[in-house]
Amino acid sequence: MTNPAPVTKGGKTSGTIRFGAVLLAMPLVLWLFLLVILPHIDLLLVSLHERISYGKYEFSLINYIEFFVEPLYWNTYVRTAVMSIMATVLTLVIGFPVSYYIAKMMRGKGKSILFLLCLIPFWVSELVRTFGWMILLRESGVISNFLQWAGIADGPVEMLYNDATIMVGLVYTSMLFMVVPLVSVLDSLDDSLIEAGYDLGGNAFTVTRDIVIPHAMPGIASGCIVVFMLTLGNYLTPNLLGGKDSLWFTEQIYTQFITRFNWESGSAFGFLLLVLSSLIVWFGLKISRQTLSETVG
Amino acid sequence: MIPSIPQSRFHKGVYAGYITLFFIYLSAPLIVVGVFAFNDSLFPSMPWEGGTLAWFFGNEAPYIGIFNDSKLLGSVGVSAFVAFWVTLLSVTVGTCNAFLFERAQFPGKNLLYVVALSPLVIPGVILGISILVFSNAIANGIEDTIGWDLEFLRPGLFLVILGQFAFVTTITTLVISARLRKFDVSLEEAALNLGATRRAALWTVTIPFLKPALVGAGIVAFLMSFENFNTTLMLVGSDAPLTIAMFDRLKQGSTPVLNALSLLLMVVSGGLALLSVFVQRDKNPD
Repeated sequence: MTNPAPVTKGGKTSGTIRFGAVLLAMPLVLWLFLLVILPHIDLLLVSLHERISYGKYEFSLINYIEFFVEPLYWNTYVRTAVMSIMATVLTLVIGFPVSYYIAKMMRGKGKSILFLLCLIPFWVSELVRTFGWMILLRESGVISNFLQWAGIADGPVEMLYNDATIMVGLVYTSMLFMVVPLVSVLDSLDDSLIEAGYDLGGNAFTVTRDIVIPHAMPGIASGCIVVFMLTLGNYLTPNLLGGKDSLWFTEQIYTQFITRFNWESGSAFGFLLLVLSSLIVWFGLKISRQTLSETVG
Repeated sequence: MIPSIPQSRFHKGVYAGYITLFFIYLSAPLIVVGVFAFNDSLFPSMPWEGGTLAWFFGNEAPYIGIFNDSKLLGSVGVSAFVAFWVTLLSVTVGTCNAFLFERAQFPGKNLLYVVALSPLVIPGVILGISILVFSNAIANGIEDTIGWDLEFLRPGLFLVILGQFAFVTTITTLVISARLRKFDVSLEEAALNLGATRRAALWTVTIPFLKPALVGAGIVAFLMSFENFNTTLMLVGSDAPLTIAMFDRLKQGSTPVLNALSLLLMVVSGGLALLSVFVQRDKNPD
């Protein structure tokens, strides 16, 4: 509102307008500084502390050194990153044909209904969705019983507590964040471009590779970034579907903070996870030539 | 691959089959959660022992229904309390932010915008621990210098509200900004020319225009807060919101009372979702 052009009634001077803008900016500044910027700076500072005795701390890199020396921490970190990338790729591969079907093959009412159906699980708590997978996959669960009834398995089959199950749960939880941007970007692809591709002698494969995917790139980028970030920071799904051996990095952070009350090393872990997540988001934006504002805004 | 391009029957069939499988995958967990709420068995698992409503209305141990489970009901209350404050705060601040980003020009605006978006790419657990560490540092600092023990800066509902507010505000800002961008400023100028004060023009012209976005952002904020787990987990004190209480039950192994509760949650949040779609639908698209 510092724009001088609008005529203001009631004798307001530009001084009060500028005062208004400052007042308007106060909540934003408080929010970002007190809840986002300063806490993260403090997190970094705490992670660089070593506890000498009660209430006494010294600057040290010990928490980071410990992370690289202890194979369990390092392995969990790499494992979480690799599995998150796999989950992101799987979500994209499974979600892309579905988004294409909704955006290009469906028309009118059927299209909106199918799209809404895709959104429904998003409105249900992740806890409830994971609970559903537990009921399906546990030893006494629906699928195990079905396999026995159909004669495929002789006894109860335990399908929980392994990596494949974690993957199923992660892909399920992330699917909506992939489908929504993909549908909206594919919606904007003109049918005539696809027709032209076929007229010029293309087939389904070449048209997809040269026309559909390049056009969908912004949607692919934003979907992948959101999915990757949510998967990396997930706690519920690996914990409930993977059991004790799920080895997810957020669980290490939780253990350091809540169980072992070692905030210094927990902060270091948190900061390392933040760096990993930011790096991969930045890298994703770079290779797809997007900016953060375009992707989430 | 579009309807105007001829495709073989076989290809079309395979594609439609894939889509069907996808929707089965999407709905299966939700359906079993709902169905097992009516299973007359102590565990939410097979075999099917016949239907019952005990997990809703049951009053005799071990058949305690959700409407008689005071602990779970209490946690629903806690979640509603937290979600109410998060909604109120995040919609208010989101509205201010939207006006600031859409109307004002100031140096460093782009940088500030990127920082305002950043809570969306910070994992929830990290947002939680950073606020935990920071508030604890402030609390300790105050205690050491003037000797006051500020209880609300220790893990508890106040911090849970702040933690959820920190990222929900980004979403409300985006939703409200998108609507404000479509607003024709000349309408406001007309009101001013007709003798309205700035405040009157704002309340009678701009805010009513923003109302669908305000209601929509409010519903989204409420649901995001109600369902949040990661940030809440790190900041929670002795009063457990619903997701934390359900998580603890789930780890211990629970009776189908959790299914009954989940079914109710699905119905309520499904209703709210439909409402928000309905509210946000533009009546006169431009």
